[in-house]
Amino acid sequence: MTALQADHTLDCSGLLCPLPVIKTSRAIKEVQVGQVLKLIATDPGAPPDMAAWARQTGHELLDSHTEDGKFVFFFRRAK
Amino acid sequence: MTKSDPNGRKRLALIASKGTLDWAYPPFILASAAAAMDWEVGMFFTFYGLTLLLKENHPAVSPLGNPAMPMKMPFGPESFQKISWPIPTAMMAVPGFNALATSLMKQTFKNKGVASIPELRDLCCECGVDLIACQMTMDVFGFKKDDFIPTAKVAGAASFLEYAAEAEVQLFV
Repeated sequence: MTALQADHTLDCSGLLCPLPVIKTSRAIKEVQVGQVLKLIATDPGAPPDMAAWARQTGHELLDSHTEDGKFVFFFRRAK
Repeated sequence: MTKSDPNGRKRLALIASKGTLDWAYPPFILASAAAAMDWEVGMFFTFYGLTLLLKENHPAVSPLGNPAMPMKMPFGPESFQKISWPIPTAMMAVPGFNALATSLMKQTFKNKGVASIPELRDLCCECGVDLIACQMTMDVFGFKKDDFIPTAKVAGAASFLEYAAEAEVQLFV
């Protein structure tokens, strides 16, 4: 897999629900439509929550995986 | 308040009826998360929940009457922090114990990376969440609109029910 290139990165390490969702909803507005936001989180609830956030907002979850014990997500801004 | 666009954003209608620190969390967490998902959110603050709208509000928690509340320490080694202290009920009635429990809970939440109640309330205001004070409770407890944060609105049961009737999610906390 070719590594995804992020236009903006948000680090929510150490933050619990609902802060990663709230900060992501703000950060996605920092990139243009079609651009990619990278999120790093340690909240164990983040994988299901960020997927739900993407479904509800319509922003595309391009990839999610763990890296050095942290959760990494890539979202493409849809609108 | 009816939806201007029935096919528009989802709506959450939530009643916050309790004003203690522990019970302040669920409504503000759910409201801010819903707003982050672009939902329209209305929070109706009634009875003791009304105090969460006060400009100066410092919600506290009491272990008395909260038999399932774990009493844990927010400091020391991990094994120490995991201990759930068996506090005799009589101890919980000792003056100052509520203040102790409140500060321990605040510190634990902060250490774990959870936002504080004032932070969550500010986030809700910034995200455009409607904060609605229950008119009847205001009259009963003697609160004026000026006692509340400026973004708070005032309405009654019929207004909330009309709002909730068009909400996909309705919650009572």
